[in-house]
Amino acid sequence: MDVSVKNIRKEFDRYPALNDVSLDIRSGELIALLGPSGSGKTTLLRLIAGLETPTLGKIYFGTEDASHRTVQERHVGFVFQHYALFRHMTVADNIAFGLTVRPRGERPPKAEIQRRVGELLEMVQLSGLEKRYPNQLSGGQRQRVALARAMAIEPKVLLLDEPFGALDAKVRKELRRWLREFHDRTGHTTVFVTHDQEEALELADRVVVMSQGKIEQVGSSDDVYDRPNSPFVFSFIGDSASLPVSIEDGAVRFQNETIGIAPRGGDIASGDGTLFFRPQDVVLVSDPATPALEGRVSTSRRLAGTRIADIDVGKPGEPHHVEIEVPLDAQASTGTVLRFRPTRWKTFAA
Amino acid sequence: MTTSAAASGRWRLRQPSVIPGFGLTLGFSLAYLTLIILIPLAGLVWRSASLTGAEFLAILSDERTIKALEVSFGTAFVAALINVVFGVLVAWVIVRYEFPGRRIVDAIVDLPFALPTAVAGIALAALYAPNGWVGQVLNIFGIKAAFNPTGIVIALVFIGLPFVVRTVQPIMEEIDREVEEAAATLGANRFQTIRRVLLPGLAPAILTGFALAFARGVGEYGSVIFIAGNIPYVSEIAPLLIVIRLEEFNYGAATAIATIMLCLSFAMLLVINLIQTWNRRRYGHGA
Repeated sequence: MDVSVKNIRKEFDRYPALNDVSLDIRSGELIALLGPSGSGKTTLLRLIAGLETPTLGKIYFGTEDASHRTVQERHVGFVFQHYALFRHMTVADNIAFGLTVRPRGERPPKAEIQRRVGELLEMVQLSGLEKRYPNQLSGGQRQRVALARAMAIEPKVLLLDEPFGALDAKVRKELRRWLREFHDRTGHTTVFVTHDQEEALELADRVVVMSQGKIEQVGSSDDVYDRPNSPFVFSFIGDSASLPVSIEDGAVRFQNETIGIAPRGGDIASGDGTLFFRPQDVVLVSDPATPALEGRVSTSRRLAGTRIADIDVGKPGEPHHVEIEVPLDAQASTGTVLRFRPTRWKTFAA
Repeated sequence: MTTSAAASGRWRLRQPSVIPGFGLTLGFSLAYLTLIILIPLAGLVWRSASLTGAEFLAILSDERTIKALEVSFGTAFVAALINVVFGVLVAWVIVRYEFPGRRIVDAIVDLPFALPTAVAGIALAALYAPNGWVGQVLNIFGIKAAFNPTGIVIALVFIGLPFVVRTVQPIMEEIDREVEEAAATLGANRFQTIRRVLLPGLAPAILTGFALAFARGVGEYGSVIFIAGNIPYVSEIAPLLIVIRLEEFNYGAATAIATIMLCLSFAMLLVINLIQTWNRRRYGHGA
């Protein structure tokens, strides 16, 4: 089922949590809403579910306007960060809940419900635990029960609010892989919220980067990592360094000195701006005559197969701190002066 | 109470713990409970033991005693049931809705705790008597709400309400909104959510509130005697009968009735506590 969000605005006490947000979610897609806390990602998810009503704008399920449908009518599967299981019910009763609350006419017979519960338990790999109570399960198991419960109603869309947020790192990794497989097997349109970019980049077909109630960029993992379209996305996704620069006469200048790079397509053509580059996208320059960024190493540390150097570049009075990767055999001890140049970069107007 | 001797593994009074003062606090609690509750109650039983078995049985099988006990436990039970329904409702309104004067409503709930019970009894009697404000209206419908067991129930409802509200309220405040939202996304309507998701979670607190209101109702004296009419065999409560026996200097009979009340109350509270424990076990809390 396609889901379209059209020009949604949502205010809480006059403060806009979402401001003119539009998003098209394709059928069968696994999409991540990624952003820092307060960016409005959870609000967007809850609006799609019908747990909040938009101040302005519409939400379409397929071609049908679902904006005024109640939560119950929307038929979405929702998984909460803290599971929200019914603690006085067994695992089996939890999963069966969505079926047993249906009106008498639409309710499947008892045996059928039992069969469905068995199937779902197998799907989430919890067969044999149907008689347990939520308190007797681990966090990862609880979250899978919550997922099975949401799947029981055969939802049109599966919505997950920070589904792995309350789990420890190892379980989180396992469940992440498991969710990907699960999605590929069942083919549900799935939207999940996360503030963990690694999770979003690894898991999602498309990532929606959000900040301050707006969508900054929508794209594949490669798009948002390699071709960020705003300073926010560049600094939010992955590691990056930024420097204030000006562009004059076809050259990027830092503190009025050329640094050996020229603006390219996608860069601003002239004026003041900010230069962004990733720590690994630099090359050391040994020839003192070639223009480059120059700075003194303040600390350097070994990180797995590379060495990371913290460098203060620029004039002594106004140093700018950047982090770059240097080859292991390069001289980069504290106090060394290094000259380097970004190989891939992007400038944004200041 | 040395622990080394108990290490054989049978009954260990003391588990190693980082929380200090186990011996001191347990000792103090036991001494306190003994002084405040157990010694007076033991004195009561002791006094009634001065009766012979036959005398004791005679007092017990006395029609008037049996009726008084029936009235006391019956009205307390009905009042506690009524309080459960409306107490939960009041707690719900206080917890769930923001409205002007909510704090005042919250404070009013405690008034029955603070008011001298006799004052409550006189006020209720004046209101519900056939010529009182409420009594007049009820009279039109042929309902007599004072000087009969109905009057007793009204007084006990008044006295018992805060017990239910104050035990249910904190648990209700802790209900996770997400659980209700989860039920809604699964298609449950409001009524189903309350009946199948919220109430079962509140059940232990409601049961405790019921037990407290019931226990209070059984022992209530001051407010009841003004509105009950105190007609022997009809609306005479057991505590009143005890007082009557005392005034007759019939201490044996008074303590015998008291002992029976004590046993019945203890048995009922014990049963309620066992239900609670069973309930907790079932949902995997604690043990």
